[in-house]
Amino acid sequence: MTLVLTSALAQGLLWSILAIGIYISYRILNISDLTSESSFTLGAAVTAAALIRNVPPILAICLSVLAGCCAGYITGFLHTKMRIPSLLAGILTMTGLYSVNLRVMGKANIPLNQVTTILSNLSGLLGFRKDRDAAIILGVIVILIVILFLVWFLNTEFGFMIVATGINDRMVTANGVNSDRIKTAGLMLANALIALSGSLVSQYNAFADVQMGIGAIVIGLASVIIGEVFLREKSFIVRLFGVVAGSIIYRMIVAFAINSSLVNANDMKLFTAILVALAIYLTDFTRKRGTKRAESK
Amino acid sequence: MLKVSNVSKAFNAGTPNEKVVFEDLSLHIRPHDFVTVIGGNGSGKSTLLNLIAGTYAVDKGKIELNGRDITHLKEYERAGFIGRVFQDPLMGTCSDLTIQENLSIAKRKGAKRTLRRGLTESERKEYAKLLEPLGLGLEERLTAKVGLLSGGQRQALTLLMATLVKPELLLLDEHTAALDPKTARKVLELTQQRVEENQLTTLMITHNMRDALAYGNRLIMMSEGKIILDISGEEKKKATVKDLLDLFEKSNGEINDQMFLS
Repeated sequence: MTLVLTSALAQGLLWSILAIGIYISYRILNISDLTSESSFTLGAAVTAAALIRNVPPILAICLSVLAGCCAGYITGFLHTKMRIPSLLAGILTMTGLYSVNLRVMGKANIPLNQVTTILSNLSGLLGFRKDRDAAIILGVIVILIVILFLVWFLNTEFGFMIVATGINDRMVTANGVNSDRIKTAGLMLANALIALSGSLVSQYNAFADVQMGIGAIVIGLASVIIGEVFLREKSFIVRLFGVVAGSIIYRMIVAFAINSSLVNANDMKLFTAILVALAIYLTDFTRKRGTKRAESK
Repeated sequence: MLKVSNVSKAFNAGTPNEKVVFEDLSLHIRPHDFVTVIGGNGSGKSTLLNLIAGTYAVDKGKIELNGRDITHLKEYERAGFIGRVFQDPLMGTCSDLTIQENLSIAKRKGAKRTLRRGLTESERKEYAKLLEPLGLGLEERLTAKVGLLSGGQRQALTLLMATLVKPELLLLDEHTAALDPKTARKVLELTQQRVEENQLTTLMITHNMRDALAYGNRLIMMSEGKIILDISGEEKKKATVKDLLDLFEKSNGEINDQMFLS
């Protein structure tokens, strides 16, 4: 059982970066950005393609992050310059990137168990025998860097505009700022993080697969929502840690459900979708009831 | 100052739903004019404001501000030097940010948004001092989210934000219409005070004829996309609500309850 738990912990940590990316697009920018599905795979694809060509893992990760930025930019361009509704813009990028991902990888699946990854580097450095231990250490380090970066970034002049755009973009325009540019920047940031997550997950799982991003947005949303159940009206930094906790809890639930044969592994996506639908319904429901009560007072 | 020259604007042009709002409209506003604009629904007063602010592009004509042609500037580009308060109190502020964060966004109007801190310690003191004269107690609540404020408080804050960096032109789009009479009065007094203190050139749309007469030094009445009355100075001071109503009826304008009741 401890094996199952530590494995779920490692997965939860690495996937939580995806969840933080989803948090930025879904909660802060207020956009349901389906680009996430393919930018996650893109991150894995770029990393895999780089690693099998003996590119240093750190550089491979940087390339993935850059690729994620580009994916976000494309969706931002489609949405703000070509005036395509954000949901459709994300779907278009997602669909197009599927082909790009195949091109990048050259085939549908690249195994990574024979190449040097960031995890084998780290294991070697710290003397771990298992990549899982390295993944947990790495996950914690990367998450801390990401969260500290976001807390700093969203408190800058530019960061304020990202937060404001998600809530009221007319106010942003009225204060002399091009909200289209801000939206695009926000989508780039979100997808960069998602690609980072894809890169790390592929190195931990020791393969990149063109299908691995399917359902990523729902998994990210599940993490965001589970996190918010516990930590809703808290400060931004606490909410980000809540998202990480949500991601880990989600992996624990999955591990438990599959291990106890409650849910067949093949039914996992259906299980997650139902979980997210119910969670959104319930949290919305309680929030509405809460305001009603407050109003009648 | 503000020169609107021969502007035409139609919506849904070339379709059966075409609606021509302006044909060859011109308007000239002098520096430090405080112009009140009245007119029935569909008279074009809001469209005029939207054309000046850049929310809509003109079909024909030219808009100049202080000698600069702004006809083709985007809305956010014009916002750098045009302050604006909307009718909807929720529109001008950001509910999830605090009072001081909202003010800090307005403080940097017209400047490039950098990666410097969005809010500095010295600003906080400045904002507290700025909010104190409003008498709304907002200076004590700098770190409260704006979503917790009432409509009147939000509108007062928006007004402050729109004038924090002195705008070349202030546009007020029925900014007290959504408030209760007492709060509306307070916001109007604050408006008057901000305009006078900063010597702002102002264009204020209102539904309320009494307010249109009581405030500003010039009054414009619009009907069907045309300016049918333009009075200022002594002439405006002498005008009464009855005069305006008579003229209004003559021009076939629809009078709505709001004008009578207020």
